[in-house]
Amino acid sequence: MLDKAIKGSQAYWGWLIALVVLMGIGFACYLYQWFEGLRITGMSRDVSWGFYIGQLTYFVGVAASGVMVVLPYYLHDYKAFGRITIMGEFLAVAAIVMCGLFVMVDLGYLPRMLNIMLYPNPKSILFWDMIVLNVYMLLNIIIGWNVLSAERKGVPYQKWIKVLIYISIPWAFSIHTVTAFLYAGLPGRHYWLTAIMAARFLSSAFCSGPALLILLCLIVKKFTKFDPGKEQIRTLGGIVAYAMIINVFFFFLELFTAFYSQIPGHMHPIQYLFVGLEGHNRLAPWMWTAAFFALVALILLIVPATRRRPDVLAVACVAVIISTWIDKGFGLVPGGFIPNPFERVTEYWPTVPEIFISVGIWATGFFILTVLYKVAVSVKEEVAA
Amino acid sequence: MGMDRRQFLKVMGLSTALGLGGKAAWDFFAPGQAEAALKEAPLTEGKKWGMVVDMSKMTDQVLDECIAACHREHNVPDLGNSKEEVKWIWKETYEHTFPEQEHEYSVEKYRHKNFLLICNHCTNPPCCRVCPTKATWKREDGIVMMDQHRCIGCRFCMAACPFGARSFNWGDPRKAPKELNPDFPTNPQYPTRSKGVVEKCTFCAERLAKGKLPACVEAANRMGPNILTFGDLDDPESEVRKLLRSHYTIRRKPELGTGPNVYYIV
Ligand code: SF4
Ligand code: SF4
Repeated sequence: MLDKAIKGSQAYWGWLIALVVLMGIGFACYLYQWFEGLRITGMSRDVSWGFYIGQLTYFVGVAASGVMVVLPYYLHDYKAFGRITIMGEFLAVAAIVMCGLFVMVDLGYLPRMLNIMLYPNPKSILFWDMIVLNVYMLLNIIIGWNVLSAERKGVPYQKWIKVLIYISIPWAFSIHTVTAFLYAGLPGRHYWLTAIMAARFLSSAFCSGPALLILLCLIVKKFTKFDPGKEQIRTLGGIVAYAMIINVFFFFLELFTAFYSQIPGHMHPIQYLFVGLEGHNRLAPWMWTAAFFALVALILLIVPATRRRPDVLAVACVAVIISTWIDKGFGLVPGGFIPNPFERVTEYWPTVPEIFISVGIWATGFFILTVLYKVAVSVKEEVAA
Repeated sequence: MGMDRRQFLKVMGLSTALGLGGKAAWDFFAPGQAEAALKEAPLTEGKKWGMVVDMSKMTDQVLDECIAACHREHNVPDLGNSKEEVKWIWKETYEHTFPEQEHEYSVEKYRHKNFLLICNHCTNPPCCRVCPTKATWKREDGIVMMDQHRCIGCRFCMAACPFGARSFNWGDPRKAPKELNPDFPTNPQYPTRSKGVVEKCTFCAERLAKGKLPACVEAANRMGPNILTFGDLDDPESEVRKLLRSHYTIRRKPELGTGPNVYYIV
C-alpha cells in the first residue's frame, strides 16, 4: 500500500519537502548539541528537564487520545467512527515516534541508550514508560495497517486483529498513566506530587488529541475527496467539550488543595507559574495565555450553537490545543523544578537550537503523519470510487 | 586490571562491606599484622556510613577547605557558570538548607550561617529507585554510588533527589576553562568524566577502600577536631553514634522519608 504515498499532487510534495527542510535544520542543530553537550539548551542544574521532556509528555497525550475514536467504535459499536478510526491510529503512531525522538535528544549519552535493556531496573518508571510506549506504537501500526489492507481488499480483517484492538484500548490509558507516574512519585516536587496527575493527564489528552484530530479531519476534507463525515466531527466536538471541562475542573482541584491548605511548598510552584516568585515571572504571561484560551475554548464548546458550526469548532479546537500545550508541554516541567530544593528560583527558557531541534522533531512527526494519512485517504478514495 | 570499572567498584563495595578489602590489602602489604591493623583502620568495614556536621564549630574557612579538597580529589572543575555548575559538596545558608524549618526567631547564631551540603546517602534513596539503568545504586555499606560509565544522562535522578545533590555534565568537563582550572585534572588517579552524565558525592568510596577518611573530613580535621565526623551509624560505639547520643541533631527534609544519613548538630 505504500505505493499510495509516492503518487501525490504538487502541493503534497511541496509540503513534504518543506518538512524535510525543517528536519534538516533540526538535525544540524542536533549535531551541534551532540558535539557541545546539552549546555546548548536552556536547562541547568536546577531545571534539569525542559522543553524536550515537556513535548514528550504532550505527545504521549496525543498518542493516547487515539483511543477516543477506537473505544466508541469497538466497545460501543458506534458505527460512524469506523470511517475515522484509522486516522486516530495513525495519529498515535506519528505522536509516539515524536515521543521517542524527544527522549533521544534529551539523553546526555545517547550511545548508551541500550543500557535500559541491558541493565533494566523494574523499579524505574522510565523503564516501564519505554515498554508501554513501544508496545502501543507496535499495536497501532499493526492494527492500522491490517484494517486498512482488509478495507482495500473489501474483506473483513482477521480475528486476531480484533484481540489486539481490545488490548490497545486499556493500553492507551496505560501509556499516559505511566507517563504521569514519571512525575507523580517524586518526593519534594510539589507541583508534580499529586495523586490526580494521571487523571489530569488523561483529561488534557482527551481534549487536545481529538481537537487535533478534528482539525486534521477538516484538512483532509478540504484537500482530498475523502469526507470524514459531519456526524463524526460533531461527536468528536462533544468529546473535546467534555474532556476540556473535566481538564479545567481538575486544575481547579489542584488550586484548592494548594491554596486552601496554605502549605507554602504546594503554593510556590503555582505562584511562580502565574504571578512569579521573588521577581521571576518569565512563564506568567504564558500561563495567563493558556488560561485565556481555556476560557475561550470552554465558551465555544459548551454553547451547542457554536460547537456545531465546523468553522467555529475549528477555532475552539485551536484554542484547546494552545491552552493544553502551554499547560502541559511548557509549564508543567519548569513548575516542578521551580523553586528548587533550596527555595531558590532559577528560571528556564529554551534556547534557539533547542527550539529548532524540537521543530525538527515536530516536522518528522508531521512527515510520518502526512504519509500515513496519504495512504489511508487514497485507500478510502479508491474503495469509494 | 582485568575487570571494568563497575565490576571493580562492586567488588570493592562488597569486600568493603565484608571487611575483606582492607584486610586483604593489609595482608598484602604487612603480612601477619592484618588483625591488629584492622582495629586501627576500621574504615573499610562500615555497615551504614554516615556523617555528623558540628555547626557550632563550622566556619566559612572550613567549608572552603572541604569543598576545595573534595573537588580537587575528584577532578570537579570550576566552570565559572552557575547554570552548568558541577558540585559534590557546597555551602548554603541556614534559611535555604532548612527552608521548612526557618522561622522569624530562629536561633540567631545560625541565621545566614553557611551549612555544609553533600549527598545524604539516604537510607531509602529515590535517586536509585528511578534510575532506569542502575547507574546509581546503593551499596551494602549504605553508600549511594554513581557509575558515570553506565549513566545515560536521562537526569531522572536529578528530578527525584529532593536535596539537589546531583550534578549533570552539561558540557565536556575536560574542556573546563583553563584560567579557572590551571591544573585540571587535579587528581590523575581519579577518572575524568565525559559530557552528558550525572555525578555526585560518593563518600569517597575509593578512599574508604584504602582505609582513608573522605577528603572533606580529612580537610576539616586539619582545621580542628570533630567538625566533620564520619563513621558507621550501625555501630553503637562509633564516633558518629556517640555524637548523636550527646547532641541534638537535625536532618534535611526528614518528612520526605528518604532517611538522610548526614546529621547536623545545632
Ligand atoms: S541525597 Fe539525593 S542523591 Fe543523595 S542519596 Fe539522597 S536522594 Fe540520592
Ligand atoms: S541520569 Fe544516569 S544516574 Fe541518573 S537516572 Fe539517568 S541513567 Fe541513572
